[in-house]
Amino acid sequence: MAKKLLLEKAHVEGIRYFDVYRREGGYQAVEKALKMAPNDVVEEVKKSGLRGRGGAGFATGLKWSFLAKPEGVPRYLVCNADESEPGTFKDRYLMEFIPHLLIEGLVVASYALGSNRTYIYIRGEYAWIVAILEQAIAEAKQNGFLGKNILGTGFDCEIYVQRGAGAYICGEETALIESLEGKRGNPRIKPPFPAIKGLWGCPTVVNNVETLAAVVPIMNLGGEEYAKIGVGRSTGTKLISACGNINKPGVYEIDMTISVEEFIYSEEYCGGIANGKRLKACIPGGSSVPILPANLLLKTAKGETRYMNYESLSDGGFATGSMMGSGGFIVLDEDQCVVRHTLTLARFYRHESCGQCSPCREGTGWMEKILQKIENGDGVKTDIDLLWDIQRKIEGNTICPLGDAAAWPVAAAIRHFRDELEWHVNNRELCRKQNYGLAHYADEIHVPA
Amino acid sequence: MIDRYPEGKQKSALIPLLHLAQQEFGGWLSAETMDYVASLLSIEPIEVYEVATFYSMFNLQPVGKHVFEVCQTGPCMLNGSDQIIDYIKQRLNIGVGETTADGMFTLKTVECLGACGYAPMMQLGIHYREHLTKTKVDEIIEECRNKQ
Repeated sequence: MAKKLLLEKAHVEGIRYFDVYRREGGYQAVEKALKMAPNDVVEEVKKSGLRGRGGAGFATGLKWSFLAKPEGVPRYLVCNADESEPGTFKDRYLMEFIPHLLIEGLVVASYALGSNRTYIYIRGEYAWIVAILEQAIAEAKQNGFLGKNILGTGFDCEIYVQRGAGAYICGEETALIESLEGKRGNPRIKPPFPAIKGLWGCPTVVNNVETLAAVVPIMNLGGEEYAKIGVGRSTGTKLISACGNINKPGVYEIDMTISVEEFIYSEEYCGGIANGKRLKACIPGGSSVPILPANLLLKTAKGETRYMNYESLSDGGFATGSMMGSGGFIVLDEDQCVVRHTLTLARFYRHESCGQCSPCREGTGWMEKILQKIENGDGVKTDIDLLWDIQRKIEGNTICPLGDAAAWPVAAAIRHFRDELEWHVNNRELCRKQNYGLAHYADEIHVPA
Repeated sequence: MIDRYPEGKQKSALIPLLHLAQQEFGGWLSAETMDYVASLLSIEPIEVYEVATFYSMFNLQPVGKHVFEVCQTGPCMLNGSDQIIDYIKQRLNIGVGETTADGMFTLKTVECLGACGYAPMMQLGIHYREHLTKTKVDEIIEECRNKQ
């Protein structure tokens, strides 16, 4: 692709430090933004079509415009660096290699939203990144881009790094806010939305790391130019963290017009399936989005090429499609067991459930137990229908999307890999020693003329 | 640290303080430690207990000198994390959640650490140890023993 908007300078030596970052054009977005009215900065972000890069894909400019601005009440911008969605490691990459990009985006966004105290909530396990961020913040401050009266505009802003302590649920914006307040990470019922009543009851915007970093190229290029990159409602570039059984796992910045096939097989990206194996399945957007067999991944159910963008990945809904999600692209080869993989995810959601809502608290543990039974060769026929029933009763019946996130992988496994589950049930001894294999999952689906 | 938050909102320092306390007091949080943190923030002990029990990074039992936190979620599983966990159990002769008799090593299995492209892996202290193989595990164990 032509030019990377986020990672172009990521490997310039010393880019982690202010003087190199500045030399390479850094902080020009701040200079530009602070000459504009805050609302005009919000307008640029709206024009850009930027969508939340954490997983939900909600229009960022729109989210910003919801921010209530009552007189005399502080407003807060919170950066969601809690990255915990299995398969996702792109925010880590950005913060580790080019932290000033995030800091610069935060200064612009804080200005646009009127946040004088901005927090970066970073997952506790990214312990070594705290020092990297704090160094970048200190440097920005030393050079007049943070602190009091930034660039003589009268705008004050401080950025603080707040550590989490191991809780996927704290990636959900209201649970994150609860955690920032020093409490257990229990999500709140919405409405009220954080834009009205968030951190300490004040209007708050919570945005993902990548979303906030994207504000920098949006300011530098202008919203309209940014929107010209990509396609449809998938504007700009997206960071994809690719992992699983591929030759070149890692973080890639893509133009969202490339096909899924190109992303997996091209040397420019994943470099194909490792060890000469064949592709069996893929979860394209982090563990919460539906897993697809190879024949529905590379092409839609209609037989059209599938592309790495929001619309195309969602083509077919959950019946035959998936989602862009967080961009955590997990690839399974022909030797992998979908039952086992789904079990690890069920265990994950059970572990991470905050426990507030009965369907999620009870349902996640129940699904894990049944999947463990099936994986061990102790499953019975009715277990599969029971699993379907449980996930259906969790979905939509919880305060926060973790319930849905736990239900969707199980639903997709049953929807697309039912025969693999049934094979476990019907071959109790054999399934403990062997895997189901590729079966028909890569066979082209016959598309009626 | 309290200055990072608006007036009266010092409870927000709780999680950062618990991290510090855990580091200072042997890698785990006893009831006494938690009561002490409560007193620093002028909050009730229960407010500390309820937070410490929620977040998985806080250890509520003593741990060994070196804690191996091995990721076991999907993408790591695809790249052999199950085998690495079994190997560590075998080499150190402990189960998951247990500490070696000499108090040197504790094995914890944890959920996705955000290193999926560098799997299988573990967290040891503040850093990640990635691309683990049996050989690498042996080297890490040696390195820890030599740190005495």
